[in-house]
Amino acid sequence: MQKSDCTGNTDLFMNDNTEEYTVKLEIFEGPLDLLLHLIRKNEVDIFDIPISLITDQYLEYLDMMKALNINIAGDFLLMASTLVHIKSSLLLPEQEVDGEEVEDPRTEITRPLMEYMRIKELAGELSEREMLDRDVFKRHLSGEYISQLQGKEIQLDVNLFQLMDAFKKIVEQRLPDTPIVFVPETITVKDRIAFIIEQLRQEATVFFKDLFDESRTISEFIATFLALLELVHIGMVKVFQPGPDKDIRLEAHFTDNEEEENG
Amino acid sequence: MAKSLKLIIEALLFSSDKPLTIRDFHSCLPDADVSDIKSALQILEHDYDVLDRSFKLKEVAEGYQFRSRSEYGSYILKLLQTTPNRLSRPTMETLAIIAYKQPILRHEIERLRGVDVGGILRALLEKGLIKIMGRKNLPGRPLIYGTTKRFLEVFDLKDISSLPKLKEIKDFGLEEYEPSHAGQEVAPEQRSGEDSPEPPSDNEPVKEDHETISNGGAAD
Repeated sequence: MQKSDCTGNTDLFMNDNTEEYTVKLEIFEGPLDLLLHLIRKNEVDIFDIPISLITDQYLEYLDMMKALNINIAGDFLLMASTLVHIKSSLLLPEQEVDGEEVEDPRTEITRPLMEYMRIKELAGELSEREMLDRDVFKRHLSGEYISQLQGKEIQLDVNLFQLMDAFKKIVEQRLPDTPIVFVPETITVKDRIAFIIEQLRQEATVFFKDLFDESRTISEFIATFLALLELVHIGMVKVFQPGPDKDIRLEAHFTDNEEEENG
Repeated sequence: MAKSLKLIIEALLFSSDKPLTIRDFHSCLPDADVSDIKSALQILEHDYDVLDRSFKLKEVAEGYQFRSRSEYGSYILKLLQTTPNRLSRPTMETLAIIAYKQPILRHEIERLRGVDVGGILRALLEKGLIKIMGRKNLPGRPLIYGTTKRFLEVFDLKDISSLPKLKEIKDFGLEEYEPSHAGQEVAPEQRSGEDSPEPPSDNEPVKEDHETISNGGAAD
């Protein structure tokens, strides 16, 4: 494993007695990253890659990753097999197909490498621009300030326990002293989900207590409540409370993508 | 008239934090000519340059916005008690691919970068720099990605066509090293859908491929 010469980006110190390594490895994000590094390090022409040299160094790097118990992503292995394949096809005598010139097998990696270099260049140009909140800043009006101006109250997020309290209150108010009787299910949570969504489609804001206007039995109440919990859980509904002991409000949160961007 | 219009526009810009478009100005100033608004904006832009203030009026994301000059960034960061908004190199590379090659599919991005980009795409979506433009009519109905107005705002771009250009951009085609595309039998509409660098408006089959394309600036 004395490969430190070939993979110059690694500082490999080997302790002869204990066979312990202290290794500093440059982390390559992907196979193209590593290939580009090898090409630059060896100062070779990207259009005339010495495939045998590069393949050997590439494989050595993978060996080193294995020795270090680094998980090697499949992408690295795929590139390794591509390199070996190119290397082997270069060993074969050139075949001419109907007088047409056979493409250099190395183009299979030259082209993606060229593209990759161009992307790096583009990314570099992009990050040299005056970036907002890094180099330059805009005026900042807080959302709170704007909603105050627009007459909206500040919204407090409602947690599960506040919701449960509110639910208990509604049941106590509207169904005082009702024993819980189990009857076959007539209203399903699914029905109530559809009901809540329909309500929110018609009006942007629905009050929590209004959800229970039509409910007559405890099972209807519970189904509605479970439906709401489910909708909050999957993120389709947000619940807000303007202040303690104020009415809890529901807001639709299904994303109509177009609306947000077109503004 | 011209003077007061300029100052009204300045007041609007002063009290807004998002880039204001000509349409925004026009809705506050319905009697003013669009051309007058435009020239007032140009004069304002020039005024601030000449005044040499710590901020300037900039045309970004199809609108106008006051922004600080970069020399003063470090002081503002202290005030805001925050660190600069940086993107990692892999994130920048992915974003660059999407910006230049949109509309683009995930597997096309991965082919160019040679690695999985799922996590990066999610982060970029969360930051609002890219968006899902629709689904492509291919097996698996893959998602189509493009950049947002927020992207233009963050990267100080007037519109998507003002991205810095590289000479070689023209032959920056995806299909070049795609072995299955080597043959000439490939249906023309398939290729144009994936690779055409020009806006898809003059190309019927492309349009059909997209289910829900928002007509935000990035699509053009």
